[in-house]
Amino acid sequence: MSSWPILSLVTFLPLVGALFCLVVNGPKEAVDRNCRSVALLTSLVTFLISILLWVRFDPTKAGFQFEENLAWVPALNIGYHVGIDGISLFFVLLSTLLTPICILASWESVKVRVKEYMVAFLVLETFMVGMFCALDLALFYIFFEGVLIPMFLIIGVWGGKRRVYAAFKFFLYTLLGSVLMLLAIIAIYWHVGTTDLPTAMEKLNLPFTWQCWLWLAFFASFSVKVPMWPVHTWLPDAHVEAPTAGSVILAGVLLKMGGYGFLRYSIPLMPEATQYFAPLVFGLSIVAVIYTSLVALVQEDMKKLIAYSSVAHMGFVTIGAFVMNMQGVQGSIFQMLSHGIVSAALFLCVGVVYDRMHTREIAAYGGLVHRMPRYAFTFLFFTLASVGLPGLSGFVGEFLVLLGAFKANTWVAFLAATGLILGAAYALWLYRKIVFGELTKDSLKGILDMNKREIAVFLPLVLLTLWMGIYPNSFLDPMAPAVDKLIGDYQAALKLARTAALAP
Amino acid sequence: MDLAIKLIVFLPLVAAAIAGLFCRVIGDRPAQIVTCAALLIAAALSVFVFIRIGFGPADSKLFVVKLFSWIDSGTLDIAWALRVDTLTAVMLIVVTGVSSMVHVYSIGYMEEDPSIPRFMAYLSLFTFFMLMLVTADNLVQLFFGWEGVGLASYLLIGFWYDKPSANAAAMKAFIVNRVGDFGFALGIFAVWMLSGSVGFEEIFGKAPQMAQMRIEFLGMDLPALETACLLLFVGAMGKSAQLGLHTWLPDAMEGPTPVSALIHAATMVTAGVFMVCRLSPLFELAPIALMVVTIIGAATAFFAATVGLTQFDIKRVVAYSTCSQLGYMFFACGVGAYSAAMFHLMTHAFFKALLFLGSGSVIHCLHHEQDMRQMGGVREKAPQTFILMWVGTLALSGIGIPFLLGNGLGFAGFYSKDIMLESAYGVHTTVGLIAFWLGVIAAFMTAFYSTRLMFMTFYGKYRGDHHTWDHAHESPMVMMIPLYVLGIGAAFSGLIAYDWFVGHDWQAFWGNAIAVKSTEEVLHHAHSVPLWVKLLPLVMAVSGILLSYYYYVVKTDLPARTVKTFPGLHALFFNKWYFDEIYDAVFVKPALAIGRIFWKKGDGATIDGLGPDNIAARAQDMAGVLMRFQSGYLYHYAFVMLVGVAGLITYFMLSAR
Repeated sequence: MSSWPILSLVTFLPLVGALFCLVVNGPKEAVDRNCRSVALLTSLVTFLISILLWVRFDPTKAGFQFEENLAWVPALNIGYHVGIDGISLFFVLLSTLLTPICILASWESVKVRVKEYMVAFLVLETFMVGMFCALDLALFYIFFEGVLIPMFLIIGVWGGKRRVYAAFKFFLYTLLGSVLMLLAIIAIYWHVGTTDLPTAMEKLNLPFTWQCWLWLAFFASFSVKVPMWPVHTWLPDAHVEAPTAGSVILAGVLLKMGGYGFLRYSIPLMPEATQYFAPLVFGLSIVAVIYTSLVALVQEDMKKLIAYSSVAHMGFVTIGAFVMNMQGVQGSIFQMLSHGIVSAALFLCVGVVYDRMHTREIAAYGGLVHRMPRYAFTFLFFTLASVGLPGLSGFVGEFLVLLGAFKANTWVAFLAATGLILGAAYALWLYRKIVFGELTKDSLKGILDMNKREIAVFLPLVLLTLWMGIYPNSFLDPMAPAVDKLIGDYQAALKLARTAALAP
Repeated sequence: MDLAIKLIVFLPLVAAAIAGLFCRVIGDRPAQIVTCAALLIAAALSVFVFIRIGFGPADSKLFVVKLFSWIDSGTLDIAWALRVDTLTAVMLIVVTGVSSMVHVYSIGYMEEDPSIPRFMAYLSLFTFFMLMLVTADNLVQLFFGWEGVGLASYLLIGFWYDKPSANAAAMKAFIVNRVGDFGFALGIFAVWMLSGSVGFEEIFGKAPQMAQMRIEFLGMDLPALETACLLLFVGAMGKSAQLGLHTWLPDAMEGPTPVSALIHAATMVTAGVFMVCRLSPLFELAPIALMVVTIIGAATAFFAATVGLTQFDIKRVVAYSTCSQLGYMFFACGVGAYSAAMFHLMTHAFFKALLFLGSGSVIHCLHHEQDMRQMGGVREKAPQTFILMWVGTLALSGIGIPFLLGNGLGFAGFYSKDIMLESAYGVHTTVGLIAFWLGVIAAFMTAFYSTRLMFMTFYGKYRGDHHTWDHAHESPMVMMIPLYVLGIGAAFSGLIAYDWFVGHDWQAFWGNAIAVKSTEEVLHHAHSVPLWVKLLPLVMAVSGILLSYYYYVVKTDLPARTVKTFPGLHALFFNKWYFDEIYDAVFVKPALAIGRIFWKKGDGATIDGLGPDNIAARAQDMAGVLMRFQSGYLYHYAFVMLVGVAGLITYFMLSAR
């Protein structure tokens, strides 16, 4: 069926576009224009090809599909092994969808070093897609770390006033965790003699203490990315300083790398440690939900508020991933996808007014509904999606996660559900301060409503949010077999461990 | 039939989309026409559906229209479906009936507003969500409609978004409802865990088993069904503004008056009652939960009535009366008289919508004046509104002549309130009796404050400024026709529907839509209570009216003197028992303070201070120390080199030994 390497194509096509951008020459304006077009075109084509993945994906199969397996460093048994299953499919699509949207959103707001900016985004796309497709630990590590570089540059070069502080904080935080993960990957290599993930899943049978150490090493890396409390403080700074599109990718895709990592690596490779540490994850996640929601209530900066709300929403993700039942894990994945769309859209909403007013301070706004009815509608729509209104995408994920959590432990569900109340409080408060009220500030009197380009940016996100809310089965069905297998393998491993412990 | 049901539910959605999305293209008038037409058609179809189902043969009392699947995950299987039985059919009549009248009324009331299409779109959108709520086939779809009406309520309370008070009230409504929904959601989870399903048919089938089970909830080992029902009831308390979660309802009066009539009187706030009736096969088997429902309901009926006695804003009086009447419905549910609760829900929808729209007519007449202290003598200017308001007031007070024509002859509330009180007395339990007595006292207060409203508004001399008085006028026909329609309902709906809801034909009418066993028992007892129980509510109502007449028409200085005699009590009632102040001090302020502490002290000082910033600062200190070595003087470097060489030599010499 797929004789041509479709996954590699999706992964590396953006890189080709980036090379094109690099060779563009001429007067600055022409370069800028051409680079924008090349970047948009490349990312759109990539997106269209990635749609093929979904179309051709066999939703009844649990294993990896579109696999490509080439020897890369044969001496060390490191391979270029890629493939996707129901869990990674939609993350690939999320990455390829958000990239063209980001490029379109930066069409006018980025004016300096346009060429480099577009190159950074295209390279970033390659790394993101590669990360979600990788089925080899070494390959995964390269992509996982590679993402840091363009993101570091995007914040550090095109960011706001404190961009350097934020960029370094982001880089060091995430790197520190990753170094430990590298050690863990090396340890796994010692045990199985290869970095191939499917082989490792099959053969790796670590003693419990080893599992715990490796689990913690992976946890150090993934928990920073999610981010979980208390290693979340890089996120508000990074978001505040990043350019709009940087925030979109950061919230939309980069945060998902942590949650994805748990599901792909921590749980299947270290099932006993997963069970052992689940209460820790629940504890930290609940703190994240309540703590960051309360912090979000008192923010004065729009982006910071949404950044803190991201931490709270990601708390649901980690709860769902570790309750290890069908509803919890599917809810967790769905919540990541939904958050990827909705928080991306919320940051774009901030971007719309930031482009016009060049401030993110909540107090600088008010009464925008008078001048910007289309904007008011869009912002309200995504605010409601973020608070989990049924019929929009946010509800499905939260509902499934809480349902799964209730089955596992009522305390977890009870405490996490308070996030529903607090979430409504800060989201509506933000909306009220920005959009409602009288338009009294002189600076706002000439503000213009969204233009056609901005509508084109938001429309796909609006439709997708509705689709995911009204007919989520389009997304839940393809991921079901893979999730079912994940849980089945996990339980089988635990059972095996139990019988081994009982054996004399 | 399937088509009719689909049309009823989705016509309002289509109309809302047309009016909302294309408002600037099509203009005000087409938006009004589209939404009103959609609602009138839906109302006509609802009558058809109601007749087919309510009076159809026993085997065609339930229609389920399957739409498509919604959320499938493992054993969880939720589908979109429209379920119509008698309970739903009653709600369809109430919702589309009142909603269509409010739509038409709004054409007149909102005439001068700059955003007419938006208003009409919101109203239609609300109606859609409400219809989804009442036609839900499973708990999650019910939750969809539930939150959806909450959204519409939020949008409509905050419709005049320039007013800070309206924005605050809208947010408060949404967030307080979220507190209720928090319980509702946990209730859904519990039911799902116990029965493995969220569909009504399946969970009702499993109800007897669930009643035997136990559940581990928050570390406690509890009877499963009781816990689930209580959690679900928390949701009902939020939506129906019961004591504790009622604080949003009076503030919701910031919205335009048609909104108050539709959402905060006739339909949305009754969703909680509907939910308990819908789930009556579960509640029936949860006696402790029912006891809680009864007590909360009775307490709300009493509490809200006391506050209603003292308010001066015409809409707030009606709002507190709504709160109080909802309490009646809940205690009726609590004692098992689900059909009586639904009966009152229906009659209440008519007379309360009438009272609100009538108040709106007065407000419209006096140019947006809502304070009753600035009114008086309005009957001269608005004679038709005056008469219709009396109809609503008498219906609310429950006035009628007992025993005439068998069931008595009176306004709608006369029948429904009496049967609820009789049911509460008839069950002969302690909580039933508490509910009965609180209800009787509340009936006295209800009659007092609702006629107080009449006397202060329509009687005596006008107390406002003369400019307004000169321009005061009766409302236009487009507003009066809905009032007449609702007036007819308020006058006759009780008389007509008595036998179907709670009289001879109740079994044929309801079918299996509500818990049959307890209804049968309770109605049987209710019809055989002693004579004084049947007469007492009426006596209380009449004396309430007479006392009010004495206070506000005969001796008008009496209210002020009474306030002076009981200053503490008056302050308590007037300030709504200080609920808002207490909540602000206990929840709102601490939440913000804790948020600030977490932010500055937690994130800033502790995590960043000890983590990244600390490491960075230490690294900088190190760099500073190291920097001093780079002085640039050759003799410094030479000296350091010499020391190093000397050190190395010493080391090697010593280690060589």
